[in-house]
Parts: sequence; structure tokens; C-alpha cells
Amino acid sequence: MLLLIQYTLIFASVLVLVALGGCFSEHSGVINIGLEGIMVIGALGGALMMKYVAAGIAAPLVIILVILASVISGMIFSLLLAVAAIRFNADQTLVGTALNLLGPAAAVVLVRAINTAESVDNVSSTVSYGAAKKAFLVDIGGFEFNWFMLIAFLVLIASYIVLYKTRFGLRLCACGEHPQAADSVGINVYKMRYAGVLISGALGGLGGLVYITAGVSEWKFENGVAGFGFLALAVMIFGQWRPVSIGLAALLFGLFRALSNVYTGFDVLVDLKLPSTVYNMLPYIISLLVLAFVSKKSRAPKAEGIPYDKGQR
Amino acid sequence: MRGNTRKKTGLLRNSGVQTVIGSLLCILIGLLIGYIVLLVINPGGAGKAIVAILKNFLYYPSPVAAMKYFGSTLVKASALLMCSLSVLFAWKVGLFNIGAAGQYVIGAGASLYFALKLGLPWYVCLVAAVIAAAIVGGISGALKAYLNVNEVISCIMLNWIGLYCINMLLTQVKEQSTPYTRSLESTNKSALLPTLGLDKLFANNKFVTLGLILAVVAAILVWIIMGKTKFGYELKATGLNKSAAKYCGMNEKRNIILTMMIAGGLAGLGAGVFYLTGIEQWMVQQTSVPTMGFNGIAAAFLGGSSPIGAIFSSYFIQHITSGGTYVDTTMYCTQISDLISAFIIYLCGFVLFFKVWLNRLLDRRDERRLAQEQKGGEA
Repeated sequence: MLLLIQYTLIFASVLVLVALGGCFSEHSGVINIGLEGIMVIGALGGALMMKYVAAGIAAPLVIILVILASVISGMIFSLLLAVAAIRFNADQTLVGTALNLLGPAAAVVLVRAINTAESVDNVSSTVSYGAAKKAFLVDIGGFEFNWFMLIAFLVLIASYIVLYKTRFGLRLCACGEHPQAADSVGINVYKMRYAGVLISGALGGLGGLVYITAGVSEWKFENGVAGFGFLALAVMIFGQWRPVSIGLAALLFGLFRALSNVYTGFDVLVDLKLPSTVYNMLPYIISLLVLAFVSKKSRAPKAEGIPYDKGQR
Repeated sequence: MRGNTRKKTGLLRNSGVQTVIGSLLCILIGLLIGYIVLLVINPGGAGKAIVAILKNFLYYPSPVAAMKYFGSTLVKASALLMCSLSVLFAWKVGLFNIGAAGQYVIGAGASLYFALKLGLPWYVCLVAAVIAAAIVGGISGALKAYLNVNEVISCIMLNWIGLYCINMLLTQVKEQSTPYTRSLESTNKSALLPTLGLDKLFANNKFVTLGLILAVVAAILVWIIMGKTKFGYELKATGLNKSAAKYCGMNEKRNIILTMMIAGGLAGLGAGVFYLTGIEQWMVQQTSVPTMGFNGIAAAFLGGSSPIGAIFSSYFIQHITSGGTYVDTTMYCTQISDLISAFIIYLCGFVLFFKVWLNRLLDRRDERRLAQEQKGGEA
């Protein structure tokens, strides 16, 4: 049971972070389908930092360095989307998809190049970071508390405050709802959209890092992040683009994802004799069902997906 | 204002020509970036590696071997062409069918199950692949039409659900000792696509079959349907403005579902013409969706979302993907080709901007010329 809670919380943390990232980007008016690729790149940045960080450094410093690495790599990668979508009016779905393909491919090429450089026989795409990962974990009576759970919670609160209580957040939302109106009162729509996408890059990258440190101590980058970026988008839609609802939705999805890791620990579930594949499919099936129910009255930002054209009324 | 009323002509003004230039630029820049990445990884062999990728089957000195591998590249390209047709068909109707990958998986599963478990001949297996994949595509379409579910997200979810389902299904027909499905050759010869003598052209490469012809015919059919029929026109109208289409008496919901079903069927057919040649067996423990469908997106956009363009772009994407296997693996990995095609898709996003920019450039040039002519007249 404890294990189930632990996995639920950690997967929910991933989903909260990434879904909030998507939320910021969409509120600014840019659809970020590329979160999956951003997660991979963020994970890569964090994993490499964990691999190379010196063994003797104090744990808090390790945490800060690793988080910074993944946040910055996620932001840099999201710039590809920002520049294409905001400056060059590119189709956001197309560019986002390109990011999803680019992320894993770039990660595999880079990791394999590093591995091969270390030893010629090593052609795997795996980075292991067992030692540095311990810095994130605190054992509380059998419950493995992960600092990321706290960070995700703090980010959730911060997002709520930023989006609804600050000038920046309200302006951001204005750019996603009616950019022409926002522009007419002197808000720089382009700047706001860059900010939205960059925040989504930072949170997406961080989410990727949390995902690869959940439960394992090495990551094979050929696997990418198994559709988690898209699950996060489903969470965002289920949460109707509102931070608090997103947090609750993430808990629900996290629970179903955690089941596939720990269902063998429950006699009731084992007695059902379902193949493990069913549990692997569960999060995707649930999200499809959930989307079917909530999409009808969607409260998506009105201007999302449309490149901003100053000349248009 | 006279400049606007004048008819704008010239080769560079032609939208098709602009698309071709744009696509060629995408390829060039994509390859250049790939080359730079190779240089960064290991400057020693970068030139050789990029040449290996571009040469692909020409890597073999003997013309017989080269011809044989050319055949294999063509077989894979035919599957890729079907996937890219699937993507571009939906794109013309304003839908982004990222589910081509999943529909392809379903098609592969259906065709192999019908061939290996039920022992049916190839034409039945092909039809099964098309129908099964069309149904899955139709699910996304129906969700979009009736419940307003974003088709990109529903497609991705279906990709994963499909992959797990097919892995489960095909476990029934896998070999005892390996994770691969039994070979068609030994289990059910009647399920192999007929070669029609095409194998003779490619140094007895028995994988070159009817499938190649089917794929090209499908491309031409899509071109005719989209460009020349009322049905295609209705679909495009629905894509441009759903409400207007409805207002004109078109059944916009039916059109969306039909589009996704056709797109799914195309991807399913692609899987059928690939797996029923026996060129590859399905690995039932796959943990990621095959890249064929995603490369289909690259091919569709690189081809300027035209079915005829897709024939060439699919071949090119497959050419460099296959070429990736010939790079010196002591220095680089084969995924470098995936990286290049991903960059090419990314760059395709800029083609529209490129066209606008080019048109503006041409406008300015024309204006200047006009101004000069006027000055000449006054003097």
C-alpha cells in the first residue's frame, strides 16, 4: 500500500509538472504538443549532470545542479518551438511533433556517442546515475520520500498564484484568449508567448528528470518517455487548464500509472489474473475515456494554436 | 496600386515550384545539420559517414548486390509512402493524423494474425489489415466529430493501446524460442504477396512484390480523389471551415469520421504490403511504436503534402534511414538518420514562411522594375 502511494505521488509529480508546463504555454496561446520531446531532453540534461557530478559534493548542491541542468536543457530545447511558432508563424502541431521526434533521436545519438567514446564496445543508449540519485531520496519508515514530490507541490501553488494573482499571469492569459485586445493595451504578445513556451520548457524538462528518476537508477534513452508528455496533455485538458484541477487530475492518472508497477502486491488484483499488459495500457485507456467525457465543453484558451498576426482584427 | 492588378507570373511565383524549392532547402539544411552533428561527435569520419548515408545501397560495389538492396529499400519506402499518404490525406481535411504509427501497428497485427493463425491467403490478410486500421482511425475520427476530442492526443493514446494489444495478440503466433512471430515462408506461403516477376528485376530479391505497385497506385488514387472528385472537394471544404461545410448541406461529422477511416486504412495497407512480403517478423516484446508512421509525417510534409510529391519524399526519407545502417558504428550510431529526418520535419514548418518571404521579395523586385520602367517612360 505504501508502495502504491509512493509511486502514485511520484508519477503524479511528473504529470503535474509537465501539465502545468503545457498550461502556461497554452494560456499564452501556443499549443505545445512537443512536451514529450522536451521531457526527453530535460531528462537527458539531468541524467548527464548526475553522471558527471563529482561524488563528494553535498546533497543539496547536487539537487540544485541537477535540477538546473534539466530545466535549462528543457528551456533551450523549447526555444526551437518558440522561435518557429512565434517568429516564423509555423504550424504549431507540426513543429511540436518534430520536437517529439527530435528529442529522443538527439538524446540517443548523444548518449551513444558518449558511451562509445568511453569504450568502443558500449553501443547502448543507457545512462546510469545510481549514486547521485540518492541525493533526492529520504527514507521515512519504509516510505521513500522524494524531494520532487515537494517541488511539484510548490510549483503547483506557485502556478496558481502566478496565473491568477499576478500581473504577468493575467497578461499571459490575455494573450491566449484575445491577443489583439492584449496588444491594444500595450502588452507585447510576442514576449508573453516566448515566456509561456520557455516556462513550459523548464517545467517539461524538470518533469522529464523526475520521470526517469522514479524507481529506476538508469535510463535507456531509446525508450523516450513512453507517451508521458501526451498523458500530461490529457491531464491538462481534464484539469480544464486550471492549476488546482490539474493537480487533482494528475493524482488520478498517477494512481493508474502506479498500478502497473505495483499491482502484484495486491491479492485482489492478482486474483483477477489479467495479463500485465492490461495494466500497462490502463493509463492510456483511462485518459482516452476521460477525454471523451470532458472535451465537449472544453475551456481551452480561445486563441491557442493561431499564430499572432498584428495586422489582423 | 497598379502592381496589384497586374497578373503575377513567372516560374518562381508558381506555388508548386516554391514548394519544391522549400523542400529541397529543408533537405539540404537537414543534411548540413546532420553533418555538423557528426563532426561534433567525431571529426575523423564525418565526411565518410554522411556519404554512407546518402549512398545507402550503392555501398555495395557489385551491381547485383546493390540492386538487391535497392529492392529492399523500395519495399520499405512503399510502406512509408502509405503512411505518409495516411498523414497527408487527413492533413488536407485539417486533421493531424499522428496515429498513422498506431494504425500501422494495427494493420501489421491484423495481417499477421490472419496469415499465421487463421492461415488465410494474402488478399484476405490485406483487406483485414485495411479494415482493422480503418476502424482504429475511425475511433479517433468519431471522438473528434462527436465529442471534440483533440485527434492528436486520442491518436497517441491509441498508438500505445494498439501496440500493447497487438503484442498480446501476436504472442499467440510467435516462435517457440524467439520473441519474433513465425515466418510466413514456413507457416503459410499463400499469405506472401505475389511477386509478379518484379523480383527478377531486383536480382531475385523475393521481397519486391505487388505491394510496390499497390503503394504507387494508392498515391495516384489519393491524388485523384483529393483533386478531381466531389467527395474530395467536400472533405477539403470540411477541413477549411467545418461550420461553412455544414451550412452548405455537407455532413461534416460523417466527413471527419470517413477521413480518419480512410487515413487509417491507408496506414493499415502500408503495414500489410510490408509485413506480407515476409521481409520482417514482428517482435512481440516491442516497447515502442515503430517509427514508420512517424517517418510518414516527415515524408508527407517534405512532399509538400501532395500525394505525388510523397512518392519522392518517402523514397528519400527511406533512403537515408536505410543509409544510416551503413555508417561506421564504431564512431556513430544508426539513429543519426532519424535525427536528420526529425530536423527535416522541423524545417518543413518554415516552408510556409519561406513562401511568404519569397513572394514579398518578388513583389519588391517587380515594384522596383515597374518604377524604373515608369521613370524610363518619363525621360
